[in-house]
Amino acid sequence: MAHYEFDMPVTEQQIRQVRVNDTVTLNQTLYGIRDATQIHMFDHGRKTRFDMRGHAVVHTAPNVKWVGETEAHPSGYEPICIGTTTSARMERFTRPLMEQYGVRIIIGKGGLFAASQAALKDIGGIYLAIVGGAAALETTWIEQIEEVDLDDLNPESLWKFRIKGFGPLLVAMDSHGGNLYTEVNKVARDNRAEVLAALGVKAC
Amino acid sequence: MKIDLKQVEEASKEIYIRALKLLPPDIKEGFKRLDASETNATGKAILGTMIRNIKVAEANTNLLCQDTGIPIYNVVIGSNIAFDGYQLKQAITKGCERATKEHPLRSSVVHPTTRQNEHTSCGRGVPVINIDFSDKPDELSIEMIPKGSGSEFNSWLKMAFPADGIDAIKTFVIDCVLEAGGKTCPPTIVGVGVGGTADLCVHLSKVAATRPLGTSCTDPEGAKLEQELSAVVNKLGVGPQGLGGDSTSFAVHIETAATHITLNPVAVNMQCHSARRSRATFTPQGLSYGF
Repeated sequence: MAHYEFDMPVTEQQIRQVRVNDTVTLNQTLYGIRDATQIHMFDHGRKTRFDMRGHAVVHTAPNVKWVGETEAHPSGYEPICIGTTTSARMERFTRPLMEQYGVRIIIGKGGLFAASQAALKDIGGIYLAIVGGAAALETTWIEQIEEVDLDDLNPESLWKFRIKGFGPLLVAMDSHGGNLYTEVNKVARDNRAEVLAALGVKAC
Repeated sequence: MKIDLKQVEEASKEIYIRALKLLPPDIKEGFKRLDASETNATGKAILGTMIRNIKVAEANTNLLCQDTGIPIYNVVIGSNIAFDGYQLKQAITKGCERATKEHPLRSSVVHPTTRQNEHTSCGRGVPVINIDFSDKPDELSIEMIPKGSGSEFNSWLKMAFPADGIDAIKTFVIDCVLEAGGKTCPPTIVGVGVGGTADLCVHLSKVAATRPLGTSCTDPEGAKLEQELSAVVNKLGVGPQGLGGDSTSFAVHIETAATHITLNPVAVNMQCHSARRSRATFTPQGLSYGF
């Protein structure tokens, strides 16, 4: 179980060395993306001006305060509370995000499924599990909202964060087919019969 | 007792913000209990991060979770309380809007088909305002629950057959916990509605999911069932965030209602580990805030 410090962006080679149960801390740049952002990018043909090649995205829609563009807040937005949402709803966007925009790291909670697992393997990417609901802590890892795109979708805009010490995050899916969620799920399903028997359930 | 609706508006704003920032003491105790018994290293580390997050939120007076949820207000009206009911609902909605704009908070509420966000946390039928009555003299209580979507997304209803019996209820609850996995931000409170009509059953599951830890179902049969399920749910091994461990749920809570001779309804709604709620209470002594 190794720990990696990544100054974003990263290369495919850097990603391929990472395995499930390793931990990763990110620095410099992170993009925030969500349901509506990706629906508009991949279903409605909208484009972003951001160059996300080799970068990480976090599944988020932050709480922000409009303060006007200043040196401290170049996007005009002050971060208030930034946390991570459930990834499962965005499963079908993993491959296009990687193929069309070169994204290498997805940060989320709850995990992704087989299609994403295949994309991570084919193209070279990892999924990092953040602790969902721990947004007050996550916010302390974000120094600034540098830029924002597709802001008519606010709060589901495409956010560019400047980050410092974003992590450590657990590698839950790697580029070699490793997936902690499916491992845990298998164990839990194997425990089902025993649990139902303990409840006195006759036929299951 | 006469109620000042301007004060209701102010309190409705205040309890939304308080709910988002201060975790109730029973949930903090629940964390302590799970942390003491967790045997899985990953699970233990994740619980540690969650506990640390509660402290960071308090130290920075920040929101515990970025999900401001769908706002729910549960109003309980005691005896001898005088106010205009329609205006009370308007005052609550106005307080909810003001919390969103004045804090400011992320409005997580959109129209269901246009997806238009009014940036007020309000919309058609939202905030959800539930009204009930009690025999407590001179007391108006308003409870606020920001229901996050991670846990709300995983909601189920099954209209089982009477012939399937309680086994159908038990099996359904366990299968819902397995299906939810890490998506509901475990450790959760598993809320189970048993009986009623379809809509009442689902409502009961929400009441159960948002009930304080340490409380029991007032129906002895429901209380028995929740004890049985609470005792085994953590043997599944789903664990914090679905990444393995003993701490899948703080508890299983059950609420029951009488049902039709042909029906055996069961619904499951979960509350995530950020099991947020707050309360404003109006009495002749004044307005007080708590959980």
